Amino acid sequence: MNGIINLLTAAIRAGIPLLFGTTGEIITEKSGNMNLGVEGMMWLGAFFGFYAGLHTDSLILALLCAFAAGLGGALIYAVLTVSLRANQTVAGLALTIFGTAFANFFGLRMIADNGGFLPKLSPRLTGILADKPIPLLGKIPYIGKLLFSHNILVYLGIGIAVLAFLYMNKTRAGLRMRAVGEAPATADAAGINVTLTKYIHILLGGGVCGLGGAYLSLAFFGGQWQNACVDGQGWIAVALVIFANWNPVKAILGTLLFGMFEVIRFRVDWLNIPPAFCDMLPYVITTLILVIASIRRSRERRQPQGCGNNYFREDR
Amino acid sequence: MNKQPAIKLCGITKSFDKVVANDHIDLSVQRGEILALLGENGSGKTTLMNILAGIYQPDSGEIFIDGERVSIHAPEDANRLGIGMIHQHFKLVDVHTAADNIILGAEPKGLFLRKSRYEKVREISERFGLSVEPTKKIYNMSVGEKQTVEILKVLYRGANILILDEPTAVLTVQEIRRLFDILRRMRDEGCAIIIITHKLGEVMEISDRVTVLRKGKSVATVETASSDIHTLTELMVGSSVNLSIERTERTHSGTLLETHHLSVESDDGVRMLDDVSMTLEKGEILGVAGVAGSGQRELCETIAGLMPIREGAILFKKKNIENMTPRQIFQAGISMSFIPEDRLGMGLAASMGIIDNMLLKTYQDAKGPFVRKKDARLKAETITEKLRISTSGMDAPVRLMSGGNVQKVLLGREIESDPQVLITAYPVRGLDINTSYTIYDALNEQKKKGTGVLFICEDLDVMLELCDRIMVLCHGKVTGIVDAAKTTKEELGLLMTDAAGKGDTENVD
Amino acid sequence: MLTDFFSRFHIVKKTNSAGTNPLLLSFLSLVAALIIGGLFILCLGKNPFAVYGVIIEGAFKIARTGAYVFKTIGYAIPLVITSIAVSIAFKMKFWNIGAEGQMIAGAILASYFALFQSQMPHWLLLLVMVLAGAVGGGLLGTIPAFFKCKFDTNETLFTLMLNYIALSVITYLKDGPWSETPGFPGIAKFADNARLDIVGGVHIGWIFTVLLVVAAFIYMRYTKHGYEISVIGDSINTARYAGMNVNRVILRTMFISGALCGIAGMIQVSGIEHTLGESVAGGRGFTAIIIAWLSRLNPFVCVLFSMLFATLQQGCSGSALLKLGLSPYVADILQGIILFVILAFDFFTQYKIVCRGRKNA
Repeated sequence: MNGIINLLTAAIRAGIPLLFGTTGEIITEKSGNMNLGVEGMMWLGAFFGFYAGLHTDSLILALLCAFAAGLGGALIYAVLTVSLRANQTVAGLALTIFGTAFANFFGLRMIADNGGFLPKLSPRLTGILADKPIPLLGKIPYIGKLLFSHNILVYLGIGIAVLAFLYMNKTRAGLRMRAVGEAPATADAAGINVTLTKYIHILLGGGVCGLGGAYLSLAFFGGQWQNACVDGQGWIAVALVIFANWNPVKAILGTLLFGMFEVIRFRVDWLNIPPAFCDMLPYVITTLILVIASIRRSRERRQPQGCGNNYFREDR
Repeated sequence: MNKQPAIKLCGITKSFDKVVANDHIDLSVQRGEILALLGENGSGKTTLMNILAGIYQPDSGEIFIDGERVSIHAPEDANRLGIGMIHQHFKLVDVHTAADNIILGAEPKGLFLRKSRYEKVREISERFGLSVEPTKKIYNMSVGEKQTVEILKVLYRGANILILDEPTAVLTVQEIRRLFDILRRMRDEGCAIIIITHKLGEVMEISDRVTVLRKGKSVATVETASSDIHTLTELMVGSSVNLSIERTERTHSGTLLETHHLSVESDDGVRMLDDVSMTLEKGEILGVAGVAGSGQRELCETIAGLMPIREGAILFKKKNIENMTPRQIFQAGISMSFIPEDRLGMGLAASMGIIDNMLLKTYQDAKGPFVRKKDARLKAETITEKLRISTSGMDAPVRLMSGGNVQKVLLGREIESDPQVLITAYPVRGLDINTSYTIYDALNEQKKKGTGVLFICEDLDVMLELCDRIMVLCHGKVTGIVDAAKTTKEELGLLMTDAAGKGDTENVD
Repeated sequence: MLTDFFSRFHIVKKTNSAGTNPLLLSFLSLVAALIIGGLFILCLGKNPFAVYGVIIEGAFKIARTGAYVFKTIGYAIPLVITSIAVSIAFKMKFWNIGAEGQMIAGAILASYFALFQSQMPHWLLLLVMVLAGAVGGGLLGTIPAFFKCKFDTNETLFTLMLNYIALSVITYLKDGPWSETPGFPGIAKFADNARLDIVGGVHIGWIFTVLLVVAAFIYMRYTKHGYEISVIGDSINTARYAGMNVNRVILRTMFISGALCGIAGMIQVSGIEHTLGESVAGGRGFTAIIIAWLSRLNPFVCVLFSMLFATLQQGCSGSALLKLGLSPYVADILQGIILFVILAFDFFTQYKIVCRGRKNA
């Protein structure tokens, strides 16, 4: 039992950075834009979040900076695709290239400024970000360890995903945003400002991705800057969006599963499974989900119909 | 009483690149009045209404609502001014429920969506006698249900200026009657209503006044009561209804093509053709009439081998063609030129020039791995000259050509392939009178050669004069095959709407 | 007031290309990108001209240790091949973003022969490796095409997933079956017999690339296959109406597209890296998508953009830039800026902004 709890707890910690990226991309795609720049935005968030944390020693400011950095990356993407109607795939890839390089470039400078050593957050900040049980709740046997003994960013990630779900499905603005993503011309005719709606959600989504980067740089490696901290996590998040059927609550379960594979990767000797299979399995499952949804001609378990195409009202 | 018109348009002009869709159009509607906007396809009706709805921006001109000058930059401006438009192609979100579609953009105040929205929608639908299940998803709905949702959407917003773009095209007789009842009730409550249509019977039935558009200009506005179908038709087409199309004598005989109890289903399992039996003789022009969406498209595609046969058989010269590929069918001598609404969707490759489009059905005949452009160039030049196609160059994408010229390219290519059966759908749609006659002559020439022509058209006058026989489809069923020389428009009209009531099985009640 | 001002302008889609010369526009956007990139360098406190100079020198210098220009060309070769490969699929409106995975699949199969069948005669071995690469990439390209035809499965997402799956296969091979020393990840270097020969300073892959560029141009423009691809890209309905076997064309084209990517993978392992590792594709498959799009699917233009990006990468990788205090990441930052600017300028090739004729009172 303890073994399983330990495994699940580790899976949660490994999966949560993905959750931010996934939630961010779901928000973006639900409003009708496929942004392949998640990796880039996470990098931007990782660097600026860390930089702010290092120099201000404030968690709030660090998170705000990370959010703003992801948002800034998304702003470039939004201007290109929404206002200038550039190809979404190409704009997203460009953002990934730019964000990755930008963060690494200044990451290296930050190391150089630190005399060649990896910069580290103050003990105070690392302390705030450490995994620790919540008073009382954390004392519950098993459950306490599993659910109430994480760092605060884990709760932030889950909170954002749940909020995003409620927002999308239960609020007026969410309804409008889904309409824009599925059928922009219809939303437009209903008097919804398509451009504004897309901008807001691309930017919001980008900001959330930026927070995911900050989780990695601030908490995941114990408060020490790593030059490969994001390293492909953004791309996994894009896969998770499909896995989760564009539903942030399912994304929580998805990140758990993906996180689990990442964890057991290092513990599977006893099963004699090559670790690479643990890398592969989440993608194989995701692909199967994609294929099965298309075989069943599911209308709802698929990418929003507006994704990939930019809306131009006077198109005939 | 406020004598200011609810809507007044002055000198509205809108062009798409070089094509002038609206040319200084004037129009006005009073409150408590239904105005019919009448015009052939391509006369600019829909463009004009899209300007009112804020979809398009006019290049010049002025709009007055209740006497006040306004500018409508976006649909939300139109909504605010109480203008509601029901588009011909439904604007609905497929994966949302009826209620969510109806309230979209005008949801009850508050941060959250409330469960009570379903009740509210149910209330409104009951008040207007329009039944729709608020929680049903749009993709599970029939066409009639979808339109009901569209109408409810406008009613929900409390729009008092209503625009309907060809609302009856897809409805059953009962549904049309009910729609008209609603419109009359709304008129009596003080709404201003514009209904776009090219069906004269409906114009006479529902409207108080008629504004006629022709080629992007408003040519006349008349009181419906003091007018008649004949006058309106004259205004619409711009000349006498007697088109004096030549009907050449039939000089061939013998059956070319037959269908026996043919039934076809769409991808979604909806029956599109139901037990269709017909013959096409050598050297005859067989017209196919029917309300839009009655199965004309499916008939064409099935014969051309593009849709699977569900039941029944198609015989070409007594040979079953069921298992032949589209290419084998074409090589056997059945040629189809179908002009769909978007013109370029089927039959032509939009980004290619005339020459490359000539190659479409023959490129495989060349030996070796390369396409042969020489013959195609010759063919392109021949039809360009014969049908007087105007183009900026043989390699310029056909997408950039005007609709009429695109149609000529398509029909020209099919005629050049020397077919035994020529299927042609809406070949004169949107063409000017002169060009139309060029097309009629070309079809008559085919007839003289012994080709069997299946002629799908929406203009009954043309069919009555050009065709030998006319088959009428209604909801995928044949409601009659009549001799064109002996029948009347009224008879056809009755068959089309299936007065006998066979086609009403789809009713949503 | 301000909204009034803005509402007088609105965007109109161009229906003909008259007015703006696309070549001039491309040139202008490149100049603009270099200026913005220069401003960025200036913000770092460096002299933009010096930096650009170093990059050019680093990419084209002919030094004692070997000509840098050959390295640049070597870098460009897989980009050219893969960008042509995805161009062929894009022309069909099949959004193959799986070039990365297809490169890897080709590299894996080719590596099998390089590692375990290297006793074959040199030229036979290379030929077999090329074929293996083509089959590997081709098959990986055909899988999403099959599902697209059969079930209309979203090919963008499917090909994206296959990228990850292919990558983890390399990890698997590296960790276990193909590992040089059991217990330590890493695959042995190829024997000389399995390496591409050097011809004129660059591995022989460049000859293949030159031939491919010409062949692809002819294929797309003058053959029946190319014609079918264009028609399907325009309208599937029209293609069916013309009697084409649409599914067969999609499968065939995606096999070709994947096979070319696979060959690029083979060339990368056999010509540059001389072993199989996770970096064999290293984002080149994604860069290829960008290049294909920027080149408007024209193979010759693909060469130009591939060289531009290769110049940036190669020019920034040298030690001269490090001496200026800049890391090689500058290359990707500049590449990103260039892409953003070109994407933005592209707006003007498709749309124009017009001022309403009459002022609204």
